[in-house]
Amino acid sequence: MLDFPRWKVWSITLILIVGVLLAIPSLMPEATAKQLGIGSAPRINLGLDLSGGSHLLLEAETGDVAKQRLDLMEDAARTELRRATPEIEIGDISTSDGALSFFVRNPTQVDAAVEKVRTLTSPVGVTGQRDFDVRVVDSTRVTMTPTQAGLSAAVESAMQVATEVVRRRIDELGTREPTIIRQGSDRIIVQVPGLQDPQALKSLLGKTAKLEFKLVDLTADPAEIAKGNSPPGSQILPYPESAGGVIAVKRRVIINGDELSDATQGFNPENNAPVVNIKFNSQGSRKFARVTQENVGKPFAMILDGSVLSAPRIETPILGGSAQITGNYTVESANFMAIQLRSGKLPVPLKVIEERTVGPQLGADSIRAGVIASAIATLAVIVFMLVTYGRFGVYANLAVIVNVFIILAVMAFLSATLTLPGIAGFVLTIGTAVDANVLINERIREEQRRGRNPMQAVELGYKEASRTIFEANTVHFISGVVMLLLGSGPVKGFAVVLLIGIFVSYFTAVFFTRMLAARYLRRSRPTVLHI
Amino acid sequence: MRLLKLVPDNTNIGFVRLKSWAFGLTLLLSILSVAAVAYKGLNLGVDFVGGLMIEETFTAPPSLDKVREVVDRLGVGEASLQQFGDPKTVSIKLPPPTSTDAGATNAVVAKVNAALAAEFPGAKFSKQDSVSGKVSDELIRNGILAVLIAVFAIAVFSWLRYEWQFGVSTFVAIGHDLLMTLGFFAITQLEFDLNIVAAVLTIIGYSINDKIVIDDRIRENMRKYRKMDMGALIDLSVNETLPRTVMTSLTVLLALTSLLVFGGHVLRGFTAAMMLGIVVGTYSSIYVSSSLLVALGLKPENFDRKIEAKAASGAERMTRRDEGQV
Repeated sequence: MLDFPRWKVWSITLILIVGVLLAIPSLMPEATAKQLGIGSAPRINLGLDLSGGSHLLLEAETGDVAKQRLDLMEDAARTELRRATPEIEIGDISTSDGALSFFVRNPTQVDAAVEKVRTLTSPVGVTGQRDFDVRVVDSTRVTMTPTQAGLSAAVESAMQVATEVVRRRIDELGTREPTIIRQGSDRIIVQVPGLQDPQALKSLLGKTAKLEFKLVDLTADPAEIAKGNSPPGSQILPYPESAGGVIAVKRRVIINGDELSDATQGFNPENNAPVVNIKFNSQGSRKFARVTQENVGKPFAMILDGSVLSAPRIETPILGGSAQITGNYTVESANFMAIQLRSGKLPVPLKVIEERTVGPQLGADSIRAGVIASAIATLAVIVFMLVTYGRFGVYANLAVIVNVFIILAVMAFLSATLTLPGIAGFVLTIGTAVDANVLINERIREEQRRGRNPMQAVELGYKEASRTIFEANTVHFISGVVMLLLGSGPVKGFAVVLLIGIFVSYFTAVFFTRMLAARYLRRSRPTVLHI
Repeated sequence: MRLLKLVPDNTNIGFVRLKSWAFGLTLLLSILSVAAVAYKGLNLGVDFVGGLMIEETFTAPPSLDKVREVVDRLGVGEASLQQFGDPKTVSIKLPPPTSTDAGATNAVVAKVNAALAAEFPGAKFSKQDSVSGKVSDELIRNGILAVLIAVFAIAVFSWLRYEWQFGVSTFVAIGHDLLMTLGFFAITQLEFDLNIVAAVLTIIGYSINDKIVIDDRIRENMRKYRKMDMGALIDLSVNETLPRTVMTSLTVLLALTSLLVFGGHVLRGFTAAMMLGIVVGTYSSIYVSSSLLVALGLKPENFDRKIEAKAASGAERMTRRDEGQV
């Protein structure tokens, strides 16, 4: 048993060398690693609780997606049926109870109407299911009910776009290495290391940034507007700058944010107030030029997220394809709005439902405290083991130190994230690694007490203790897996270190120290073990 | 050099004899824990109740009354303030906002930050967490689920690996450890948050580690001494593993003490829980679970059949042992 074939010695040594080499980049500051030309070597990521930064969990309002789809379908159905030859007249079109319904005035056209609107639905997934169910109820009423599969697909595609928009906005903020990941069907995790001001991040992500230009409805009676009644074809929108706080605008959109080519923060040459300069793309420019030519002297409204920013009068046709959004801006808020407009609108509003921010100072303090604590803990354990087990204590200590290196190496290799609970997990792992060595050494002591010679005592000690260590580690493994699967955030961070630690400590305690002990026994052939 | 021996060789402490005292103590502590949890409740962190926690660092130790006054003036609910070891750092915990708007929690954080910065120049948040009610419900569900499943999985493992009595005693012992930990948190009113769930799982893991070591030795001795009385056998096994138990517990406590003292306040609750867990876990593996094995009627004969089946391989091992190959 204590006979180690050469290949075993070599493979154990190889694992040790690779482990230590892989751990080194993580132990030095990033700048030093870059200087040495190993800047791209795998490193351990520090969790935000250690390095400082913001963690946001954003949730999409899926109800909004459902509503948008229904509204779009209503428009599409209306247009499609009107365009049919002969025209299919419909009435009482509504989108109540999450479904679209209308009745067909001429009963003979019901089939044709169903045929027409069915072309507006599209298949979802592989099952051939469509995104809307079209049904005829009460012989003339047609309903279009969104299917669950259709809704899921719509949410999915909205989330893909939303994730992309979030990424663009954060990149514009100039932050370093943000992490943006989808979680579940309707959530996005945003992690930004080293951010000083989480408020800025939140206000940047908190807006849909749907920009629209619409003409102001001058025919509307102010008294009626105040009551909330708009003329047909118009809608009433909040307008903070007007007396009543609301304004009536035409429903038809002249230009929307999709037709922008750029948005930048600038200053109003007249009063030097911060403004947002926008530029339209060629199609947008043409439309804007035409509409402004036709409507000189009338006001148009610039609408952001359903609320009117300003409603200036068109003095002269705007032909250059650029405009200026004025308002009560600071340089910062104008800049944020420019970023939001540049990066496109979110297809669905996002809300921050969880936020964790650690200031960089606390992060640095925590790292320092963690490192100091770990160093002291390790030192105490090393001394303790040495005075208890002598030579075998040295082996155990070597095992524990190697253990730390290999865990770091494995974590770097998997690019796992080290969090504060992870550090605690680290200490616990050192604890179990020590326990494994204690079990072995106590067993050797015991066997020697029973009168066995050193060879037998060591061999039996390893054999019996290995079994116990294996069982104990299996149980740790079980709880580690449960934590990894079910835990969130800190629990996960802990589990990762624990699971890696289980394998590494088993290896170092059972194989590495046994190799050292075997070498000693073979070389010196002691008659009595000093343990 | 003379080596340190914490536990003398061949101890013979009658653990099982003290069983009734231990059961009495266990019962008393359990009742205390239940009472503490029932009456004082746990100081649940924002992870579990929703709401927000701001840890504000001031340039000079502030008066807590003044901080409370500033926060109260904002009308965002009753703040609970807590000072850490560092007098310049104050943690402000606020209930979840009454508005159901998912972003409302964050608006409150902004308000509190602004108000504090205005009143105490140079005050800066060092950490802030805000969790909406929906997320906190999920977190608490996942947390409880993680603990329960881990406990069941471990008990089933012990049952499959050994005898059913081991499964039951392990289960009871973990229940005991959990109860003690909860009682500890209820009495100290240390904040119970997600990190603590990780600590609780660690306690379970550590306590189980102890139990496996002792159970493994009990099983081994049951094979060796088939005619021995179960009480004496458990005493023997616990005594034989005592040096290891003491050594490991001390080493881990040593490491945790360093973490508690030098590791910064962020880890304090976590470390305290683990230290307690080690004491409680060691106690429960010696008393609660081992003594329970006797009460559950475990007898060395249970292993007779297994031993006969393994007789051949056992003999083989003996020969090899005697030859002393190297």
